[in-house]
Amino acid sequence: MDQTIPLLILALPLCMFLVLGLAGHKMSHKMAGILGTLGMGTALVLAYTTAFTYFFGGNFVDEAGNRLQHIVFNYDWLAFTENLIIRLGFLLDPISAMMLVVITTISFMVHLYSLGYMHGEKGFQRYYAFLSLFSFSMLGLVVATNIFQMYIFWELVGASSFLLIGFYYTKPSAVSASKKAFIVTRFADLGFLIGILILSFYSNTFDFVTMTQAPGNVLASTGGAVFMGGSVLTWALVLIFMGGMGKSAMMPLHIWLPDAMEGPTPVSALIHAATMVVAGVFLVARMFPVYLVEEVALEIVTWVGALTALYAAIVACTQVDIKRVLAFSTISQIAFMVVSLGVARPELHEGVGYMASMFHLFTHAMFKALLFLGAGALIHAVHSNDFTSMGGLRKHMPITHITFLIGCLAIAGIYPFAGFFSKDEILVAAYSNSMMWGIWMTAVAGLTAFYMFRLYYRIFWWNNPDYSKHHHTPHDAPWTMTLPLIILAAVSCVAGFIPFGELVTWNREAYEIHLNYPIAITSVVVALCAIGLATIMYRKENSLPDKVADKVKGLWTAAYHRFYFDELYLFITHKIIFNLVSRPIAWFDRQIIDGTMDMFAEVTNKASEAIKGLQSGRVQSYVLVYLLGALLVGVVTVICMVL
Amino acid sequence: MEISMMYYLIPSLIMFCCGVYGFITRKNMIAILISLELMLNAVDINFVVFNRFLFPGQLDGMFFTLFAIAIAAAETALAIAIIINIFRSNKTIDVDDATKMKF
Amino acid sequence: MESVGSIIMYMVVVAAIIIFSVLAVTSRKILRSATYLLFTLFATAAIYFQLGYEFLGAVQIAVYAGGIVVLFVFSILLTSKPGDKSEKLTSKKKVVGLIASVAMLLVAGYALLSRCGFFAQLPSMEGVTMDRIGTELLSSSHGGMLLPFEAISVLLLACIIGGIVVARKR
Repeated sequence: MDQTIPLLILALPLCMFLVLGLAGHKMSHKMAGILGTLGMGTALVLAYTTAFTYFFGGNFVDEAGNRLQHIVFNYDWLAFTENLIIRLGFLLDPISAMMLVVITTISFMVHLYSLGYMHGEKGFQRYYAFLSLFSFSMLGLVVATNIFQMYIFWELVGASSFLLIGFYYTKPSAVSASKKAFIVTRFADLGFLIGILILSFYSNTFDFVTMTQAPGNVLASTGGAVFMGGSVLTWALVLIFMGGMGKSAMMPLHIWLPDAMEGPTPVSALIHAATMVVAGVFLVARMFPVYLVEEVALEIVTWVGALTALYAAIVACTQVDIKRVLAFSTISQIAFMVVSLGVARPELHEGVGYMASMFHLFTHAMFKALLFLGAGALIHAVHSNDFTSMGGLRKHMPITHITFLIGCLAIAGIYPFAGFFSKDEILVAAYSNSMMWGIWMTAVAGLTAFYMFRLYYRIFWWNNPDYSKHHHTPHDAPWTMTLPLIILAAVSCVAGFIPFGELVTWNREAYEIHLNYPIAITSVVVALCAIGLATIMYRKENSLPDKVADKVKGLWTAAYHRFYFDELYLFITHKIIFNLVSRPIAWFDRQIIDGTMDMFAEVTNKASEAIKGLQSGRVQSYVLVYLLGALLVGVVTVICMVL
Repeated sequence: MEISMMYYLIPSLIMFCCGVYGFITRKNMIAILISLELMLNAVDINFVVFNRFLFPGQLDGMFFTLFAIAIAAAETALAIAIIINIFRSNKTIDVDDATKMKF
Repeated sequence: MESVGSIIMYMVVVAAIIIFSVLAVTSRKILRSATYLLFTLFATAAIYFQLGYEFLGAVQIAVYAGGIVVLFVFSILLTSKPGDKSEKLTSKKKVVGLIASVAMLLVAGYALLSRCGFFAQLPSMEGVTMDRIGTELLSSSHGGMLLPFEAISVLLLACIIGGIVVARKR
């Protein structure tokens, strides 16, 4: 394949970042926005071309019908040893081609949407520059040919996420949210880095292709080394997954994501719902053949995912801030993907879990971006994040209403919307692994349907508050904002019918998706029941929700406070780490280290203060002293002569 | 009465001590410079006297004096330039007032 | 045994040196100090003549008495008004200076007098001709003074430039 187009896909957003970042302040808002959107649009077209060529061009399939991993280009960047070379390249395989499509689509939608949403904001050009930077980093991440390139871009997306969360940097809450996101993910990335180092130490390579084609070699080269009860490879994989946990907001490193909603809503849609947060899932998928070697690591992945899914779903049922609800919903859905990867085994339905995870990643990106952009339109209209100040909006904002409903149906898993198909495959994978995971995930899917429709009814039905005290009655947003909503809604309707199994599988062999009717019907029935429950509770204003909340008061309060995770972190950091570790270290630093230096300075200072009087500037006194000295020498000489 | 070496060295020593006294006590910079010239001159005499009495066949001491005179001339010219400059900025050439560069 | 005339001559010269030196450093009028310095320098030149170094004496008169003292006088006239007197010296300073100089006199005088060798007679000397002075001053052979001579000339050049730079109006 020609190098130009892949190179352009990466270069265009980077150029846009440089142009908008360096010259943005000289441009008008409109010009900067349109420039950024056009750049992203071009990248979108190029990415679609690339993906189409890869999937349907016919050049990237071997004789057996398996898709190939194609390295478009691979430049040596840092060569340590003959085998250990850090390269920068472009790897084209099913998941990276799919991610190219997802990222450019969502990014383009967000660029377009932001033209309306961010209209008139201060720092509009900066916003577009950061969006371009993010798009570049994310694209670089998914096409990485080796784990170190991935790590580099991984950090870059973290940095752009930090910049965009803190976009309203005059707001203290946004500043602290951006810091929180940065610190938590950085902590996780430490694990990632250590994992990379361990893995590359034993496997003697950074390359994904080499590593995943013969994962047994990696295991063999560790020579059965064991550390604290786990094999070295398990440790490496778990540490790498820790990086993914940080980025993908898995428990207990999820605490940054709800706060990250302080950023502009389109940013939440792009980064914190559709693309960056699934980087952890992508990472595990990329390394999947290696994970298969160590099933213990996959077990851990499954447990983390399952616990997070349940936790986030419960918390989402109690939140009142619509972006927080969506954030916890995102955590829960990503956990679905993680579980799906965790339960995937080649021998079970030909590794359907892997395909299901990627499928869900794809559909989730579409409908969650749709939901976030819809939430943005609502916030734009009502000027509040809180759904208690909304209600009855279906009459005022029909387009937003319909598209939001489609998003909710899709995430709830109702046929024929996108979420149904992908979630069904995940449940198939879970049931095939063990009954427990199947039931667990079905229950979480029911919770998903419940909290999404709770949100939907509270926003669009419930009651009719008096909007006359607002500046204007809520109405649909301008076309730049509604167009992305409509497009994404349409995609959410039809994405389920994409023959995903033929495109993306763990061993790149085509796989025929067939609905497993018992599981599909069960999950739809559960989802419909949950929707019915939500309808009863929230369709009209009534006191039922409060009564229910009173019944399970303890659970409700705990869930409302997100099970006190933030408080736990505060306790650990402030009380334990600060008091027991940082303060003694700080004391030692201030008193002993600084004190020694201060003492030197003090002594020098005192001494010079004491003797500076000698430097009187009177030449005559100098001469006098000199003369006395000379005389002394003379007297001594004379005495010596006499003796 | 023989006029031996000592008869030249003692006056030169007195001259030198006068220079020292003047250097230490005077406040006027030019007066200090004059004292300095006295001391230099005393040293010149010593050079010549030692040369004349101890090595009458050679001329090294005389040449030293010659060079010392040249150096004294150079030094005086430069010192006077500096003094005039100080006078320009300070309006006085009192050595006690030139304290701008003091610690 | 010296002739009476030369002894008298010696006495006059030494008296002039001592008296004018003392006056030069004690006079409160700065212009007078310069004048007394001039007399001291003349007396020094006389000593050089007496010892047989006519060339040196001529240089002393020409450069010291003629050049340097004139410089002094100029600068005095530039920096002080006529009739200016330096203020009376504080007694403390006077005492300190006196003690220092007398101590100096005593130590160095004792050192001198304790050496009998310094009472040596004046040996005869001949051949200090201008011809020889010129040859030795400018010869580069052993004992020649060409290098210091050149060094001094460079020093004088530097001094000229320095004087211009320092005294030039800004």
